[in-house]
Amino acid sequence: MATITRSEDRLPAAALAESARTDGRRKGWSSVVTHLILLVGSFFFVAPMLFMVSTSLKAMRQISRFPPEWIPDPVIWGNYPGVFDYAPMHKFFVNTLIIAIPTIFGAAFTSALAAYAFARLRAPGKNVLFLLVLSTLMLPSVVTLVPTYILFAKLQWVGTFRPLVIPALAGSAFNIFLLRQFFMTIPRELEDAALIDGCSRLRIFLSIIVPLAKPVLATVTIFAFMGAWNDYLGPLIYLGNEDQYTLTLGLQAFVQYHRAEWGMLMAASTMMVAPVILIFFFAQKNFVQGITLTGIKG
Amino acid sequence: MTAITRSKPWHQTLRGREAITFYLFVLPWIIGFLLFTLGPIIASLVLSLMEYDIILPPTFIGLANFTELWADPLFYTSLYNTLYIVLIAVPLGMVVSFSIALLLNQKVRFMAAYRTAYYLPSIVPAVASAALWLYLLQPQWGLVNGFLEWFGITGPGWLSSEMWSKPAIIMMMVWGAGGTVIIYLAGLQDIPQVLYEAAEIDGANAWNKFWRVTLPLMTPSIFFTLVLGIIGTFQIFAQIFVLTDGMGGPQNSTLVYMIYLYRNAFNFFRMGYASAMAWVLFVIILVLTWVQFRIARRWVYYETESAEA
Repeated sequence: MATITRSEDRLPAAALAESARTDGRRKGWSSVVTHLILLVGSFFFVAPMLFMVSTSLKAMRQISRFPPEWIPDPVIWGNYPGVFDYAPMHKFFVNTLIIAIPTIFGAAFTSALAAYAFARLRAPGKNVLFLLVLSTLMLPSVVTLVPTYILFAKLQWVGTFRPLVIPALAGSAFNIFLLRQFFMTIPRELEDAALIDGCSRLRIFLSIIVPLAKPVLATVTIFAFMGAWNDYLGPLIYLGNEDQYTLTLGLQAFVQYHRAEWGMLMAASTMMVAPVILIFFFAQKNFVQGITLTGIKG
Repeated sequence: MTAITRSKPWHQTLRGREAITFYLFVLPWIIGFLLFTLGPIIASLVLSLMEYDIILPPTFIGLANFTELWADPLFYTSLYNTLYIVLIAVPLGMVVSFSIALLLNQKVRFMAAYRTAYYLPSIVPAVASAALWLYLLQPQWGLVNGFLEWFGITGPGWLSSEMWSKPAIIMMMVWGAGGTVIIYLAGLQDIPQVLYEAAEIDGANAWNKFWRVTLPLMTPSIFFTLVLGIIGTFQIFAQIFVLTDGMGGPQNSTLVYMIYLYRNAFNFFRMGYASAMAWVLFVIILVLTWVQFRIARRWVYYETESAEA
């Protein structure tokens, strides 16, 4: 075939196919380059975390080896139980949950209730209140930090979980704003029939709005959980003795007192990071949605 | 009908009941706002004019806290360190994230896997990330100096060096900046394909398409991440606090604004001075944000505006 066909009597279609092929080859090359850059780039982002896990599985003499070995030989599991000898991580975990769970409730439920009111109900003074919601969004939390601490100190709440839980129960301006924007997109007609039947607003909220808003509520819940899980300044100021430590405080104490025991420090860090990563893999969609909706970084 | 409704007291009318429901639903937030936001804001303003250590009663000292700040060398050190980190880490993080987003937007295979790889570090809790970087930056066995060794470079003792401590922190921050990739990627995917096709017909090459189509249409996302990035980085605290045992060392080279504020409030119990610092920070952030919005008119492109206007 190829020997018979001379270039001048090639069909236009064949010429097109040819040019498409060179184009494809060029694309192929550029995509190889793209992949190469992306791979090298992602190495820089992932390597520290892999190294953390790898170090957590090494004995001290393996850690000081240079160049470092990526897959520990032999794999040492001892650092994980070892952490518990120094720091009761299980207790820190429970403490973190004691704070996180009410925080989630406040973030999702209280905020959603207020958001629904802002989205649907008419009342005098509503616009002024909504303006207040928006303006608190812009306020850096540092402005209220000192007086809030004094308030809780005067109430004798410092050294308890209350300062970390009670304010969160009131809901957050940020979530109210976010959820209101979502509730505005739900057609009113869905509620009309229930209203005519004499349903209360609370019933409507719980049985019509909440089920429709499940994905957004899930996103809000996840971010609230991550916020509580990662919070450092709050526990640092308000919690006193080790019995009350959250995971962040526990890990910080570990850094302070055992910073040379790298294997254990990395094991403790891995234990703190693992749940976050697990949640990410189960709820990737919510993460992407949450970030594009709000621009918060975890 | 009207006669009946009119004779009812207001709280039993439909409107009245709706308003009551509204306030019941919003009540928890209103209480929280009064107790934990509005009250503390006012208290903070008053405190900034006081000397107060929680134990002894507060004394009014007028603007003395502010004049003391004006002459406090550590205040300037903390401001300088914060600005240093903001001015480098924010743009650097944005450029890195934007480049990654551009590459990912090429409809490459394994996009989801790459996206995850770049994103994961940004959800690592600040304290854990500090613990990890403490190790990575360790001069002898740390991964960072191990990597430099490949190129025959003997890396510095990052966190013990006055000169390298801030770059080390910036490195850690850029590592955790991958969350922005997702914002940029969402923005890039929103750009209508038609615009690229039109540009191609006009003979635009990849370079022109980037500068004339992609970049202008991405300015809203860039602006958004710039504003939030600056506000957030000005308040950086946990990572540096953990890395330096709360000291901001060595030789105050990582003493950022929030750490200095924290030390005044909770180590020296100078509540008035710390409140004054908080207000100064608030004003700085407010002014910077306002300036950015002013400048934004010149470079941020919104589709609703016509090109001529």
